[in-house]
Amino acid sequence: MDCDKAIHRIYHYLDGELTIWRRRAIARHLDECPPCAEGFDFEIELRQVIASKCRDEVPPELRRRIAAALGEPLPEDPPETL
Amino acid sequence: MADQEQFADLAMPYMSALYSAALRMTRNPADAEDLVQETYLRAYRGFGGFREGTNLKAWLYKILTNTFINTYRAKKRRPEQTDLDDTEDFYLFRRLGGLEAAEANRTPESEVLESIPDEAVKEALEALPEQFRMAVLLADVEGFSYKEIAEIMDVPIGTVMSRLHRGRKQLQKSLWEFAGERGLRPEPARPEPAPRAGG
Repeated sequence: MDCDKAIHRIYHYLDGELTIWRRRAIARHLDECPPCAEGFDFEIELRQVIASKCRDEVPPELRRRIAAALGEPLPEDPPETL
Repeated sequence: MADQEQFADLAMPYMSALYSAALRMTRNPADAEDLVQETYLRAYRGFGGFREGTNLKAWLYKILTNTFINTYRAKKRRPEQTDLDDTEDFYLFRRLGGLEAAEANRTPESEVLESIPDEAVKEALEALPEQFRMAVLLADVEGFSYKEIAEIMDVPIGTVMSRLHRGRKQLQKSLWEFAGERGLRPEPARPEPAPRAGG
């Protein structure tokens, strides 16, 4: 496997969408090729950064509205005492 | 057949993820709230048709996506933009200095990534054309497989792969441009003549 082939399949590799044989071939290439390994590591990190920075808090009012619409007890209700 | 009484217990934990996705889709908090609420109501009504043992999260995202498309996109049916093909592999990594930066002890590219504010990453994602944005959102933020994304977006797997490929590259380009605007780019390499490896 050369660099071009490894890079061509980078997303399939990182997405876990390759057969075990192709995964192994790429893993072997990364073991032998630090520049590609660095690039792959960067792509993994970039993805983690994107995922972690794209999280938003649900407005409490929305949570209440949906809970009420589904007939759930409201989140801020005190627990029932027996 | 799934029991409607279980619905809230099973589905409520996904609200935060669904709301974040709704924000990226609608790019507007008021619309995102309406979209999430409508998604929960439709899912609740349709829960009898949900097959237990299949992926509830993917099922909810399919309803979210369909509701978004039917409600918010009906007005503007634009042709898909196709000018995103000229970006090379490792676009951002190469620009942040790649291996050379690591060897020269310049700001590691991972630090540059971390220093990009959340809002900028959200904006970069939201700036993608819709089809690419949805694919990247479902894969990279939510971690769905190609097959799941194909089912959620109701397109062939090959289409998912090409949208992901182009969307991810475009996202890297946007982040690089953002880093330039904010002065977050690492110092350029010193212009001393470097010996060319391998002649």
